[in-house]
Amino acid sequence: MSRRTSQDAIPDTREERASYLNAGQGLGSWLLTHDHKRIALLYLISITFFFAVAGCAAALIRADLLTPEADLLSNEGYNRAFSLHGIIMVWFFLIPSIPNVFGNFLIPLMIGARDVAFPRLNLASWYIFMAGGLLTLAIVVMGGVDTGWTFYTPYSSTYSNAYVIGALAAVFISGFSSILTGLNFIVTVHKCRAPGMTWGRLPLFVWSHYATSVIFVLATPVLSITLLLVALERIFGVGIFDPALGGDPLLFQHLFWFYSHPAVYIMVLPAMGVVTELITAAAHKRVFGYWFIAGSSIAIAVIGFLVWGHHMFVAGQSPYASAVFSFLSIVVAVPSAIKVYNWTATLHKGEILLDGPFLFALAFIGLFVVGGLTGLMLAMLAIDVHVHDTYFVVAHFHYIMVGGTVSAFFGALHYWWPKITGRLHSDLWSRVSAILIFGGFNMTFFPQFLLGYEGMPRRYHVYDPSFQVLNVMSSVGASILGLGYLLPLTYLLWSLRYGKPAGPNPWGATGLEWSVASPPPKHNFETIPLVATGPYRYPLEADAPDEGEGEKEAERV
Amino acid sequence: MSERALHDPFTRLDRQREADRLGMLLFLGSEVMLFGGLFAAAMVLRLQHSHDYIAASKEMHYWLGGINTAVLLTSSALVAGALEATRAGRARLSGWLLGFAIALGLAFLAIKGTEYAIEWREGVVPRFSDAKLHGGPHELFMVLYFCATGLHALHVTGGLTLLGMMIWPKGAARAEREATTLGNVALYWHLVDLIWIFLYPTLYLAR
Repeated sequence: MSRRTSQDAIPDTREERASYLNAGQGLGSWLLTHDHKRIALLYLISITFFFAVAGCAAALIRADLLTPEADLLSNEGYNRAFSLHGIIMVWFFLIPSIPNVFGNFLIPLMIGARDVAFPRLNLASWYIFMAGGLLTLAIVVMGGVDTGWTFYTPYSSTYSNAYVIGALAAVFISGFSSILTGLNFIVTVHKCRAPGMTWGRLPLFVWSHYATSVIFVLATPVLSITLLLVALERIFGVGIFDPALGGDPLLFQHLFWFYSHPAVYIMVLPAMGVVTELITAAAHKRVFGYWFIAGSSIAIAVIGFLVWGHHMFVAGQSPYASAVFSFLSIVVAVPSAIKVYNWTATLHKGEILLDGPFLFALAFIGLFVVGGLTGLMLAMLAIDVHVHDTYFVVAHFHYIMVGGTVSAFFGALHYWWPKITGRLHSDLWSRVSAILIFGGFNMTFFPQFLLGYEGMPRRYHVYDPSFQVLNVMSSVGASILGLGYLLPLTYLLWSLRYGKPAGPNPWGATGLEWSVASPPPKHNFETIPLVATGPYRYPLEADAPDEGEGEKEAERV
Repeated sequence: MSERALHDPFTRLDRQREADRLGMLLFLGSEVMLFGGLFAAAMVLRLQHSHDYIAASKEMHYWLGGINTAVLLTSSALVAGALEATRAGRARLSGWLLGFAIALGLAFLAIKGTEYAIEWREGVVPRFSDAKLHGGPHELFMVLYFCATGLHALHVTGGLTLLGMMIWPKGAARAEREATTLGNVALYWHLVDLIWIFLYPTLYLAR
């Protein structure tokens, strides 16, 4: 706590302090803003809303699974509930969550820029995202879609009676938002760095977003064309995935997963960037192996493009292809493990502060390790045949996406909240909610590993009564998890009004974003900073030479 | 994508121009991946239905496609010339070259439309006019053909709109800035061209 007390003396002068929050009044100043910080807040509000909608769908699913019979939802209704849960969570929460909120807010601040490279494009990207999101909501109101988030053909193209075209269009539209955001970030990192901000001095958060952006730009268009082909097939009743004509439904799966597997890394790479920042700040120690962490982000992005076939081990793919995909899926665990080891080594002999953000980061590491190791099991051909399409797979990817990404999202929210709002939140309550989320999460999803291993298939809501105990455990855990997610909503909103005003650097952390006022002024920096040192120069007072400083060439500015 | 003048995050014009160029290149990268999905589909079709694919390709009007290739390549060359003319400060010449390039782009669309009309009359349009389609793979080939060339034609239309915006009369003393914007538009036009160079053999010459 000692690092925070020094900030308590800051007088409550927020109303007088000019910041991006009061730089313009009225709704128009928000809806037409080009300020990356305000756009980030627009995203924060929108994705919180979508998270709530998709969370309600999850609550329906878990309530229905309390009993082995179909008593709450019809078969059709259950299909629609899990499809909407998947579609909204993946495309309207997880994918935009950390990049579009925290990436948008922090990348310019971290690299010493006044904004992203294309501010208008940034705003356009939000509008495109909202168009896709509102279309999805319209689909929900009209009755939903029942294909699952994966839109597998020929069910989606021929047999489903739901609003598939609308859902395809919504995801197609939101894809352009992803592409534009990725493009914006890459150009920003290349061209808008402050003088002296060399590649070796970039915070690792920026590196992980750079890797994510490459996936955004190169993988998303493949999804766009695939969804377009499915939509045309559905509209005209003839298409290249149609097996009746000799078309290949497996081709759809190849194209779909060529995007959607890298999309998993879109979801987890930014989370890893967040965790790296949280860990070094909490340990108050220079990050261990800067270049290994930066390089592993790039390696994950590159190898992540080559593993998509592990989704089709039992779909009739050539066994030789499966062997290669199996090998590559095991390989991608190496850079992921490098990160985990480096975080652990960073904590070693650190001056650790057990605050809320740090607990979220720890939760990420633990849950990510479980998710990652079960991912290795699934990458083995023989095990995958046994557990394919069971709850084992469901548990595995929820450990990565919810346990990993959502924990990191909440960690980021707590860590940068004082910077975003200028207010300190309750550290006690943030620790309570981190523990609640960690416990609730494990209680929800660990039983699903057991269910899956014992053979309960996914996407079924009528199941063998012997599975009921574990399903009830899972549903109870889900209510705890839900409570854990609601809690921050209350004390964070409370802090907006009653929280102590935050100084520029409430955590005593390094990084350019902590050198400006909280909340930052409209144009971030009065004068563009001259960067002379690398990130993570802990302890703050000392000026020991930065590691890897020697191999940096002077960057032209 | 290009701005009229220096805008917010940038403090220097040359940096901003580099950013605009990089943004355009990344966008083109995403366009390549978009068409990549269609080329992957063509490859799968060619591997799984080898003989039918060749038979279907033989029925394509490769002369029309060939003429269109020449038309589009010439148009691209003219845009490259217009860019050089703008850089040399010869705005009038640049305007003329762009005008010819746009005319050729429109000619491309006209020839493409004619080809579609001929195919309609021949009865090889899946679902709508499919009297002469023989077998599933032929139908799949034609679906792919219409998807790929249709999407390409949309890109041609987009490119023509951008080129049209470039010859719109504007004030003087803008040559350098204009060269940057025109350079980016030209890049896009070359990409449209490049995609066609791959589409043409994939669909017309696989015989």
